[in-house]
Amino acid sequence: MTAATSAAQAGLVACETCRLLSRPARAADPGHCARCGARLEWRRPHSVQYAWALLIAAAICYIPANLLPVLRTNTLTGSDTDTIMSGVVFLYTSGSWPLALIVLVASVMIPLGKLVALAYLLISVQRGSDASLRDRTRLYRMIEFIGRWSMLDVFVDTFTVALVQLDPLMSVQPGPGVVFFMAVVVLTMLAVAAFDPRLIWDAGRGWEDQHA
Amino acid sequence: MDTVACPACDLLQRIPPLPYGGKARCARCGQVLAGRPSDPLDRPLAFALAALVAFVVANTSPLMGLSAVGRQASTTIIGGTWQMWQQGRDVTAVIVGFCVVLAPAAYIVFMLAILLAVRRPPAPHWVAELLRWAEFMRPWSMMEVMLLGILVALIKIAELATVLPGVGMYALGALVLLLPAITVSFDPDEIWRRVEWADGSFPAGGAR
Repeated sequence: MTAATSAAQAGLVACETCRLLSRPARAADPGHCARCGARLEWRRPHSVQYAWALLIAAAICYIPANLLPVLRTNTLTGSDTDTIMSGVVFLYTSGSWPLALIVLVASVMIPLGKLVALAYLLISVQRGSDASLRDRTRLYRMIEFIGRWSMLDVFVDTFTVALVQLDPLMSVQPGPGVVFFMAVVVLTMLAVAAFDPRLIWDAGRGWEDQHA
Repeated sequence: MDTVACPACDLLQRIPPLPYGGKARCARCGQVLAGRPSDPLDRPLAFALAALVAFVVANTSPLMGLSAVGRQASTTIIGGTWQMWQQGRDVTAVIVGFCVVLAPAAYIVFMLAILLAVRRPPAPHWVAELLRWAEFMRPWSMMEVMLLGILVALIKIAELATVLPGVGMYALGALVLLLPAITVSFDPDEIWRRVEWADGSFPAGGAR
């Protein structure tokens, strides 16, 4: 046994809910946690497959999310539609560039970054990579923490629609893009939750033996 | 000393006794493994009670009013969600409602129930179920994201009309500070120490 032993190597399974360590009688079926009653799993079940499925679904929704309008503004003179990007451009040209930057980061860069980062984590785990284990764990924690902020644009649209109902002068309606955009955020959050970060270190076990 | 496995990399390690306000990080990947808030039962309870009041006010009073060419409009959190529903975006309305009403409400109520129930150990086993649900709700409770979203919407609309922040807005501001305060002052390990095990037994202290 080297200095760095994982719980799984020691025959112990940690409860994902209350973190109690158990030594299951049968490794194939660890059963339930004696303390909190949650199902015990060595690793999140079908972690890589579920994460890929959710990630691919999110990537598909990302396209209509950016192409379809999120808001439709009706005025006396006609109607006008806004996509996510044109909303950012509107904020920038109307002089509030810090706000434009916040929306650009939250609605464009974070979702795209999450898709790319999670795909990278999945591919590197599937290839059994043992490089930069610590950095990849840190990357996982970052996308787990930051993901919810992409919902920003959905809330901007919700409250713009709620307030600007001044018929017949001006009214704003939500467009079909909102639901796709929200699907991207929710699906990537679920994909991140399905991915088990311990898989990164399982693959890198060879590295441990060399450096322990 | 407690032996734990890091939830992010599965490394087995012992956690030394921590000073108040101290934190233990995983030796290998840097994940925070344990903390020791100075008053892990009373302080989060106080924050949760205050959050409950702020939540009720934020949901019952208007967030903001708008006036343009002699016309008035105002909205609440639920009003915004309802408007989405009426405009035919029912899926969006349901998820927005979940993230800004249901999830934060459940988190606050579950935490209150947990913190009150564990004051006299052994606490009944349903506390364990509630704690699991509270942890599940936490990432989906998006009050702070919503507040930023409302501010962006306000600035966009301010081009067209006069916007007045309402009482609900101040309550929402307080809530956005109180929700993370509950989480930070809370120590789940302290709860697990006080809850009955799944079979109804209570192996206090040594068995941990």
